[in-house]
Amino acid sequence: MQIKVDASSFSQARWQDYAIRFLFGGLITAIAGLIAKQFGPVIGGLFLAFPAIFPASATLVEKHERHKKEKVRLRGDIRGKQAASADAAGASIGSIGMLAFAVLVWKLLPNHKSWVILVVATLVWFLLSILSWKLRKLV
Amino acid sequence: MTQILIRFLVGGAVVSVFAVIGDLLKPKSFAGLFGAAPSVALATLGLTIVAEGRSYASIEARSMIAGSVAFFAYASVVSLVMMRYKTQALLSTICAIPLWLGIAFGLCHLWFK
Repeated sequence: MQIKVDASSFSQARWQDYAIRFLFGGLITAIAGLIAKQFGPVIGGLFLAFPAIFPASATLVEKHERHKKEKVRLRGDIRGKQAASADAAGASIGSIGMLAFAVLVWKLLPNHKSWVILVVATLVWFLLSILSWKLRKLV
Repeated sequence: MTQILIRFLVGGAVVSVFAVIGDLLKPKSFAGLFGAAPSVALATLGLTIVAEGRSYASIEARSMIAGSVAFFAYASVVSLVMMRYKTQALLSTICAIPLWLGIAFGLCHLWFK
């Protein structure tokens, strides 16, 4: 399946959809900082991989797909759940890249320039996620 | 208080950018990769490096490994449950949060204590 950019989801989304994700993203970042301050970096660091906005994103995917089908007078509830399930499967593949990001930052950050390590680790997350996704499609 | 506010704003902005990129992409399984973007980590680590130093941030990143393994299990279970039982996304994702907590804290206890 080909990777495409589809701007139609922009027109379907309401500003509240983005506000909710901004809110959850901001809250978990603030809470992760507070937890690290209270319990130390070992416990605080766990929350860097907390699925903070995942429930909101999956719900949004489900809703958009359902509405798409209902617009053409088809029942969209099953399609909505399938799309959200596919989104979650993609996230599980992406977590392999997330793990690589964490290992790189852990090992390299103490002895190298911070911004270089964060940029490189983000690129590795992206490339490894794409590679894992393509491999999964081949299997 | 100011630092919490800065964390909130930076975290919200970084998470939103990755979420918008994910929204624009198809197919959904590919867009889902952005659900596991290290967006909270980027915002948190950047601010932690400034406030506490690189060694402290490095310890946080080590714990993130356990969180990532937990995220993999969490997202896999959510995907399987939704596909098999056709449950609602909100219900599935919220009910699986204790799974993430259990695995993340369990691995943390096994590896780092």
